Amino acid sequence: MSDTPFVPGLVEDADRVKAHSAWLEWVSTVDHKRIGLLYLFTTLFFFCVGGAEALLIRIQLAWPNNTFLSPDEYNQIFTMHGTTMIFLVVVPVLLGLANYLTPLMIGASDMALPRLNAFSFWVFLFGGILLYFSFATGQAPNAGWFSYAPLSENSYSIRPGLDYWALALLGIGVGTVATAINLIVTIVTLRTEGLTIRRLPLFVWMVLINSFLIIFALPALNASLVMLLVDRLLNAHFFTHVGGGSPVLWQHYFWSFGHPEVYIMVLPAFGIISEVIPVFSRKPIFGYGFVAASTVAIALLSVGVWAHHMFAVGLGHAWEYAFGASSLLIAVPTGVKIFNWIATMWGGSIRFTTSMLFAIAFLFTFTIGGLSGVIFATVPIDWQVTDTYFVVAHMHYVLFGGTAFAVMAGLYYWFPKMTGRMLDERRGVWNFWLMFIGFNTTFFVQHFLGLAGMPRRVYTYGDLPGWAVMNLISTIGAFVLGISVLVLLWNIRISRQTGAPAGDNPWNAWTLEWATTSPPPEHNFDAVPPVHGRRPLWDLTHPQEVRP
Amino acid sequence: MRTKLAMGVFIGSEAVFFAFLIAAYIYYAAATVHGPNAANSLDPPRTLIFTVCLLASSGTLWFAERRLAAGSRNGFRVWLGATIVLGLAFILGQAMEYIGLTRKTVTPARNLFGATFFTLTGFHGFHVICGLISLSVLLGLALRGNFSAKAAAGTAAISMYWHFVDVVWIVIFSLVYLRVWV
Repeated sequence: MSDTPFVPGLVEDADRVKAHSAWLEWVSTVDHKRIGLLYLFTTLFFFCVGGAEALLIRIQLAWPNNTFLSPDEYNQIFTMHGTTMIFLVVVPVLLGLANYLTPLMIGASDMALPRLNAFSFWVFLFGGILLYFSFATGQAPNAGWFSYAPLSENSYSIRPGLDYWALALLGIGVGTVATAINLIVTIVTLRTEGLTIRRLPLFVWMVLINSFLIIFALPALNASLVMLLVDRLLNAHFFTHVGGGSPVLWQHYFWSFGHPEVYIMVLPAFGIISEVIPVFSRKPIFGYGFVAASTVAIALLSVGVWAHHMFAVGLGHAWEYAFGASSLLIAVPTGVKIFNWIATMWGGSIRFTTSMLFAIAFLFTFTIGGLSGVIFATVPIDWQVTDTYFVVAHMHYVLFGGTAFAVMAGLYYWFPKMTGRMLDERRGVWNFWLMFIGFNTTFFVQHFLGLAGMPRRVYTYGDLPGWAVMNLISTIGAFVLGISVLVLLWNIRISRQTGAPAGDNPWNAWTLEWATTSPPPEHNFDAVPPVHGRRPLWDLTHPQEVRP
Repeated sequence: MRTKLAMGVFIGSEAVFFAFLIAAYIYYAAATVHGPNAANSLDPPRTLIFTVCLLASSGTLWFAERRLAAGSRNGFRVWLGATIVLGLAFILGQAMEYIGLTRKTVTPARNLFGATFFTLTGFHGFHVICGLISLSVLLGLALRGNFSAKAAAGTAAISMYWHFVDVVWIVIFSLVYLRVWV
């Protein structure tokens, strides 16, 4: 980026200085695009780490009575898999995309608080390193990603793994809140002229609502974590029954963060889908207002449903019915969105690019995950299948079939903007089908494993009828999924070097990020086009059709 | 505008954090029966004195901002200095209280009162210290003399934060100390 100024006598050092300063530029950058890319690189790395852990889990479970991993190792691996995927992959990959795209989509030159932005990223990265440093202390955290007390307390986990877990999540949480603050301020204050709140791209809408959700949900986690740390390090009894404390309080506190967190992990994905489907259907989104408003409804409802994670605790029927009902309600605004997306595609001239394939796959798999979610909201069924593989299947359909597929759609869609080169479509189609087939093979069968009674988080199982074959199918699927990720990495690597040049607007899209060069210059825009509607670039080429 | 909005959103987030700690205190205050509790371990009159210091510091900071707006750099420095002194007095009072309690073996490990009391007041104290550091940075800038309009936005944001920390203390003081008194 920056050319070394010519100084006589220093010419021979120029190359060294240049190489040196390239690193330094990445470390010291406050540019939202670079920080966005740093997020994406980091999350891709942690995705591979978490994926490797998932493969270890699947190898251990491939057949009954396997001894590949010891019980204690197994506990550490599934805890780290869950924690990694949620806190180091899904949430930050969405923050990374939001970081890269939000200023571009609203015609701004950067985030409102660039230095805070850099701080957020680095505190997240070091949080991740801290979490993995726990392996060096002899034992990684091993109480599951929601670390139920008293398993997470000294009496059951005396080694420091869980201290690292809590401290790492605190750090990551601080970074997440800082990013959310930054995004809110950016969207509120830096929109280009004419870009009213009713004309915002839906991705930005989702990011805005998501940021508010982060602001109000993350502190619940932070409060829970500091209380857990006081228990563990100062021998208090917040969550241990011994001194009168309450393990159930941990559950209430954790899930009053944990359930909004589920939406924190999916709302920006809705935003991606709401950008990709209209562009590849050549139609404006159907029911813009409904997509935005139903998201507000989801966000509001999401803070009142946490106890549906706790139906097995014995809260009393009145509470269970109330939380069951509020959880069922969430299906309404979510269903509204699904219909909006389908109606957008209806009658459109659909282009089946890799990005669009992932978006369509998202509609299938996320709907399946949503439906199994509705099943869980029904209290008696929840009692039957809670803590079985049915839960594992459900959450992977929502998080992988939902968010990960949406992120893949977004990656194939925005990669040209970020790098200036197309992400190869031929390899992309391989990537898509391997991932789609691998994913469904891995997780669909787990619904039946759960119904057959296989509990989650057991390191092995007996040779019960059907269990062995279903687990083997799931393991094979996991390896297909692993191969699809390798295809993705290979595709990224090749396309970055030799991909077809993208040009400014390869998809004929209509939001502002496509109005600048690919990749955009450091200041983003030489001139932001005028905004008279929701599709500014469409309006530019179709001046006779301009609508408010 | 940006800085103040960012601080406003941050304060909203912080309020939720304290709400959870306060809820835990209330929840366990009903449960604690044995050993030390708020009634037999705390000294509300003494804490009241330090509370007055903290509340007064909000007033002095308000005066400091007024002086800054009026263009009086010296007035700003004096009132800002007074704010820091009053904040320090509060922290000193809290330190004395903690030492006294620990001597009576009232600690987080002792019982749930100890755990909730130290967690709640400790995190408040931590926030006061963060505020003091920010105010000291401001004072340092003001004493060096180059105090731009940009720094005025920073002053406004820090002042919002300081008032917030004050309000949180009013809640904590009423809940933990005053409830014992009445």
